[in-house]
Amino acid sequence: MLFLFIFAFTTLCGLVPFLPWYVMPIIAFVSAILFGKNTWQTVWSGFGGVFAAWVLLALLKSIPNENMLAGRVAALFHLPHWTLLLLIMGLLGGLVGGLAALSGFLVKQAFEKPTSVRL
Amino acid sequence: MQTFLYLASPIRYSMKIVKALLAIAVTILLIWALQTQFDPIPPLGKFLNPVGGFWQNAESRQSEKAHELKLDGLLDKVIIQYDENRIPHIFANNEHDLYYAQGYITATDRLWQMDIQTRSASGRLAELVGSKALEMDRYHRRMGMVYGAENTLRGMMKDPQTKLAIEAYTEGINTYIHTLTPTTYPLEFKLLNYKPEEWKPINCAFLLKLMSETLAGGSDELEMTNVLNKFGWKVTQDLFPDRNFQQEPIIPAGTKWNFKSLPVPQPSASFKAQMRGNNNKPKERIEGIGSNNWAVSGSKTASGYPILANDPHLHLTFPSIWYQIQLHAPGINVYGVSLPGSPHIIIGYNQKISWGVTNVDADVLDWYQIKFKDATKEEYWYNNQWHKTTRRAEVINVRGKQPVVEDVIYTHYGPVVYESNQQKPEKTPQSVPAGTALRWVAHDESNELRTFYLLNRAKNYDDYRMALSYYSAPAQNFIFASADNDIAITPNGKLPLKFKDQGKFILDGTDAANSWQGWIPYEQNPTVKNPARGFVSSANQESTDAAYPYYINWQFGSYQRGKRINDRLSAMNHITADSMRLLQTDNYSITAHDILPTLLHNIDESKLDATQHQAYNLIKRWDLRYDATSIGASIFNSWWSYIYNLTWNDEFGTANRELRWPSRDRTIQLLLKDPKSKWFDNSQTAGKETLADIVSQAFNTAVNELANQHGKPGDNWQWGKVRLTEVEHLAGLDGLGSGKFASGGTGGVINAITGGNGPSWRMVVQLGPKVQGYGIFPGGESGNPGSFYYTDMLQTWKNGQLNPLLFLQSANEKSTRIKSILTLNKK
Repeated sequence: MLFLFIFAFTTLCGLVPFLPWYVMPIIAFVSAILFGKNTWQTVWSGFGGVFAAWVLLALLKSIPNENMLAGRVAALFHLPHWTLLLLIMGLLGGLVGGLAALSGFLVKQAFEKPTSVRL
Repeated sequence: MQTFLYLASPIRYSMKIVKALLAIAVTILLIWALQTQFDPIPPLGKFLNPVGGFWQNAESRQSEKAHELKLDGLLDKVIIQYDENRIPHIFANNEHDLYYAQGYITATDRLWQMDIQTRSASGRLAELVGSKALEMDRYHRRMGMVYGAENTLRGMMKDPQTKLAIEAYTEGINTYIHTLTPTTYPLEFKLLNYKPEEWKPINCAFLLKLMSETLAGGSDELEMTNVLNKFGWKVTQDLFPDRNFQQEPIIPAGTKWNFKSLPVPQPSASFKAQMRGNNNKPKERIEGIGSNNWAVSGSKTASGYPILANDPHLHLTFPSIWYQIQLHAPGINVYGVSLPGSPHIIIGYNQKISWGVTNVDADVLDWYQIKFKDATKEEYWYNNQWHKTTRRAEVINVRGKQPVVEDVIYTHYGPVVYESNQQKPEKTPQSVPAGTALRWVAHDESNELRTFYLLNRAKNYDDYRMALSYYSAPAQNFIFASADNDIAITPNGKLPLKFKDQGKFILDGTDAANSWQGWIPYEQNPTVKNPARGFVSSANQESTDAAYPYYINWQFGSYQRGKRINDRLSAMNHITADSMRLLQTDNYSITAHDILPTLLHNIDESKLDATQHQAYNLIKRWDLRYDATSIGASIFNSWWSYIYNLTWNDEFGTANRELRWPSRDRTIQLLLKDPKSKWFDNSQTAGKETLADIVSQAFNTAVNELANQHGKPGDNWQWGKVRLTEVEHLAGLDGLGSGKFASGGTGGVINAITGGNGPSWRMVVQLGPKVQGYGIFPGGESGNPGSFYYTDMLQTWKNGQLNPLLFLQSANEKSTRIKSILTLNKK
């Protein structure tokens, strides 16, 4: 659920022109507050949801371009193949997404009534 | 237990808040890091993300068939038809809209190129890249690029027609800039992490200054003065003569000059003393920056109408220095190449005429030694009295640092580029003599754009002559052909009136007789119309023979390309556009033709080892062409450069290259006419070397070196493989250039490809009732590395072929070659 939510919203917002990329961590953050269940589920959903969304968004531009620009930019960074560039991009996005989701989840936990009080 | 829980709970609670805050802080820190530039890497998140980063610059192969836009500032509708190479054909209903659209469309393809060229010319690169560009900026500021551009802008704005064109062009560019968002910025803005800024009319002037710097901004007065001081006047005049031993002037030798010339200035007293005083003692110009053009009269062509050809040789880059475009409006229909950043077409044709340019190599840049009164440098001695200097502050912004302020001293000559050697950086871009003032024609008020405005609309020879009279710098050999069956060529520009050799060396700035004495009247610039031989041509060689009354320069481009062009054109008849194309890609070496027999004669075959013997046999059978597959060319090229080096290195080779070396022509002359010359002796050895020693030593070294680098003589010795060619990205960024490839040609042949320099635009135009142009440049119309039109014309250029150019007569003319249409409507 959380994974799909982050993936879908990051993809949708990525298709809206004028929205900067750092809308993505806000999505992950808020989604985690709403749907976060436990730490690992949240982190992996944030990481994976954004990774998948970014790879999809990049491919949507790159495939009609026959990956020509990706190839040139990969050569610019001295990478052997453009897919490596795609992977690095996905990992960076995933890292931000995962951390933002974790932050959301921890905020949610901080504001939940401490279980000890119920004792 | 109860108390314990009450104590523990707030602690646990606040621990959770701390953890949450910490996670948020780390996330924000990461986002910040991904948005921040750590030189030289662009901000990674900003650049790599798929939402606004580089992926957004990836263009689809499919483009829209028809598209409409509403734009502010247009007076009427403009239609732009794009052909299969995405060359725009602009149809406007008035001049304002025409130049507005030229600016708008050029910016859509080339905005970053326009921006970076302007920044480079105006000394503003350090703003972007920090202190590593500071010395380059300092040089451009101190040598008066901004000062010159301001003066030129004044000239351009005085004329209502050029003013209208520049202002509309500027408006078009800015309209495009205003549509951009960080997501749609051209790729290089994202890579270098900066924003495009508003275009200003002065940027058009900066572009012209940049051309003047490339084509008429180099000098070797410092190196020549060092030669004079080291060897004395006699040796200097002998090794650096004012006329080449082999000559093929642009204006055919023997042409009569039927004008009354102005009195030619006499050498000044200080100049004569400088030469006498040296009697008893014992940016450099780049070869490959040159060009060819020619026009043949109808009497020599198959169609009976003239054909014109032009190929300017410049640094080859992606994006190309040229941008192809057709401009159509009432009173004008013209096709050709423009310079992104300037309105009009620079080289091209219309229904009636065609024109092209090559560089003249006129000496329009001189250095004057300044005598200051005292350390304050507020006064300098000139014409027997003290004169006040003025100052101009140049503020250079440096990324990440405090701005640097340059307080430049100006004399009536121009700026003192470097006051002292201390002020001059170690790696000065050009050979600037410290303590001298620069007199440069590109500093003067001028209006070159008027020339192109008029040429674009010219109908006949008289219009051509009228257009040329407005041209100032950099001086160009303007070639011309018309449907009226006229051909002509004019080495043209604002040429100073000088005494012979004035400016060959650094001049004494105190002597008024060393100043430029006025100008060669425009109508007395060398020119020829319809010469008896049936063709006109130029390849940067000397403009005229010795009978021309005025002094233009002591050195020009070398003779070989001009000689080959003229030999071929003399022999050719029934010429077609295709035979002109073949001539443009001709690799035959006149140098080899002239000297190879002598070189071979000096080789003692019995002293060669097996590899050398094999190489000797290969070069003996060489067809003298620098084809990509030629092995002889590789051997000859290396052999000749070792001969040249061995001849001069002992006398002229200094660690910091402060001496000018004698020319190729002078070396060939020694080799052919004076084989016993003392210059062939290596002064650093005890024995006495002869020409034969030098020639065979050079041969052995060249062959051994080729064998070391490329193995046994064979396919790996092919010229195209030994000398690789590359079209680099304008900023030299890896991956955005062409990569290395094999090509034929070299500096001294018509097909003057020299590694990274060469024919930046090849054009052949068949004049007649229906004009047909052919052309190609090594690149594409788009400056976007993510576009399919970034390199699409390179292969055709490599093949030595030309594209037939689409010249539409009206917006309604149908052509299957039109692939998409953009309509611009007024808002």
